[in-house]
Amino acid sequence: MTKALPANLEQIEVNLKKLTNQRTRSSLLGIAILILIFFGGTLVSLEANAGSFGRGIANFFNYPRDLFVDTFEMGWKYWPRVIKYIPELIITLNIALFSTSIGFILAIIFAIFSSRNLIRNKRVIQFTKFLMDVTRSFPTLIIAMVFLYLMGKSSLPAVIAITIHTAGALGKLFTEAIENCDGKPIEGLSSVGATWTQKIRFSVLPQVLPLFLSYGILRLEINVRESTILGFVGAGGIGEMLAALIQWNYGADVLACMFLLVGTIIALDYLSAYWRHKLIGANQ
Amino acid sequence: MSSSLAIQRENIRKLFPDTFKQARKSRLRGQIIFFLVLVYLIVGFFTLDVVDIPKKWKPQNAAMFVLDTYAHKDHVTMKWENHEDIKIAFEGNYRSVYGRDNLDKSIPDWFYKNSDNVGNVVEFNNKGKAILYKDKVEIVNFPKYERDFTIKLNSNGKPYLVGSEDLVIEDLKGFRITENRVEFRPTLYERIQVYPKKVEIHRYSIGWKYFWFDFSSPLEPYTFFEALGLTFSNERVVPEMSNLKLFFTEIKDNDAFMHGRVWWAMLETIVMAVLGTMFATVMALPLSFLAAYNVTPIKTLRFMLRRLFDTLRGIDFLIWSLIFLRAFGPGPFTGIFAIGFTDTGTLGKLYSEAIENTEKKQQEGVVSTGANKFLQHRFGIIPQILPIFVSQSLYYLESNTRGAVIIGAMGAGGIGLQFLGALATGNDFENVAYMAILVLAVVIFMDRLSAWLRRILIGSDQLIVR
Repeated sequence: MTKALPANLEQIEVNLKKLTNQRTRSSLLGIAILILIFFGGTLVSLEANAGSFGRGIANFFNYPRDLFVDTFEMGWKYWPRVIKYIPELIITLNIALFSTSIGFILAIIFAIFSSRNLIRNKRVIQFTKFLMDVTRSFPTLIIAMVFLYLMGKSSLPAVIAITIHTAGALGKLFTEAIENCDGKPIEGLSSVGATWTQKIRFSVLPQVLPLFLSYGILRLEINVRESTILGFVGAGGIGEMLAALIQWNYGADVLACMFLLVGTIIALDYLSAYWRHKLIGANQ
Repeated sequence: MSSSLAIQRENIRKLFPDTFKQARKSRLRGQIIFFLVLVYLIVGFFTLDVVDIPKKWKPQNAAMFVLDTYAHKDHVTMKWENHEDIKIAFEGNYRSVYGRDNLDKSIPDWFYKNSDNVGNVVEFNNKGKAILYKDKVEIVNFPKYERDFTIKLNSNGKPYLVGSEDLVIEDLKGFRITENRVEFRPTLYERIQVYPKKVEIHRYSIGWKYFWFDFSSPLEPYTFFEALGLTFSNERVVPEMSNLKLFFTEIKDNDAFMHGRVWWAMLETIVMAVLGTMFATVMALPLSFLAAYNVTPIKTLRFMLRRLFDTLRGIDFLIWSLIFLRAFGPGPFTGIFAIGFTDTGTLGKLYSEAIENTEKKQQEGVVSTGANKFLQHRFGIIPQILPIFVSQSLYYLESNTRGAVIIGAMGAGGIGLQFLGALATGNDFENVAYMAILVLAVVIFMDRLSAWLRRILIGSDQLIVR
């Protein structure tokens, strides 16, 4: 055994060298592709951009500076303005919360019908998965724009768009959660003759509900951002107000809206981290 | 049997009273939460005007919108004052008129002289006909209609349906008659309107006509594959350029679907997403090392970097794109930096958490060889976190593609802006559908691409969190 080693060692060395070379080669290839993409993309951007890159960099701080200067000129009169936009913020939050709730319920239905351990029929699973893929892939903006066109200006298009997107996005995560859940409680319930709904209620749901809620909270955070953006194209709320203020060049008010938004998003970020931590434990 | 079960249940209940109390308590809490959610949903239902959906939802508008996304129409217009001058135009566009001299475009075969050699016939796809005369329009042969109709102008020059007094409402299905207009629309695909000055007929057919070559293109008479075959022949369709060049320029400069512009816009959007994600990755990589406690001993620096990540992430890409839009003007740079800045925050946070969650043992192994700090990190940490980095970045690439469409619509250009433009014109819904399908296809493609790359690079297409 020990005598055979030297010959083998050589072979091992050769193999190692081969592997290392291969690794280096594929790394270099990857880096080359990345550099190619970078330069290609930069060329496209330079071609397509209206202003030049250099001037853009130079002008970068102009707009934020204008906003802050405008705000400081107002002094203490500024704070009532911030408060003035809180109702708009509440509309945005309302849109997000409501459509997340409805999307959450739809996503549960989607997930039940696309989980391999709950549904036997392959066609149903495939169809539901396809439906989720499509609803998830459309940017909310596109759905919202179409409905805005069809229904006129109101918050409804945003609600519809976010609900559709949320149903697809959460549905996919929920499906994974259900498919990964422990099969033994289901077997246990089957052994005592539980019906399909009872099995879901007493074995699947208790296992996945904390995970569902955690995903839902994460989605809520994303949807607050989404509903702001949809406000920008006419769905109401603080986004629409911000768009108007920018057009009128009311610097201080723009900054007030931005403060509210950033504050809300950061607060939600912490809250959601806290809630999720409570729901599913420290490191999951 | 059942009574003995009940007794057993009672016994168990007596044995473990605390457990059952707990269960009842948690059930009660669940019920309260359920009730609160229900109340909120009802409140939301009214505050967000969801109840108004039936009022705001106009089926007619929606049907027209959907119809226009998959069908095209030809307009036939006759002025009463000169009944021989009949104009047939594709989508009513004055630049796409059939039979105009300079275009050598033959009259379509559904328009012909009537057998009496006086009237002109417009034949619809369902074999129904509208016959245009000097002083009247006859509507004949429509399926599901027992009788034919005639529309004439009265002495005041207003259109009326001949004999409409004798007809019951059942027979008048599909007609809409006002003082200045008689409209006949039996299904969505046929529409005949008679005005005091003119007659206008819309004839719908299914499909995207002129998808590859537009109305005035020299290649229009050929289908896509015929034209592709022509590129291999030596005979030139137009003398100025080779067939191959003609083939591509004609597709690129298509007036109706604007392939060149749409594809360029799509490329801009993809560039925004890809370069934005690259930018964020490159920025987040070193910063995340500085923000991880097992790499950086300085607490203040870590704290400041953590808050920087929070701020970058908290200032949504909407606000970033507004700021960059002022600096760079409309174009991909705005999108790249907006995505890049937001995701530097997100990826920085995720990366630094990943670094903090690495195994200590590998690093200790490297330390035991007497390696310096840099080598410790290079061989102790990077091999552990590289798959996570790649996985996270690729995961964000897909969602950034969607984000780039949105930033584009905000004013940064790209497919988002094209989409808004097409929707705003109010009648190019086939373009709207085309672009929506294109966006959908690209987003799904990016999704699959990132899953595929994750699979070949790190052996699993699931998102690795830790």
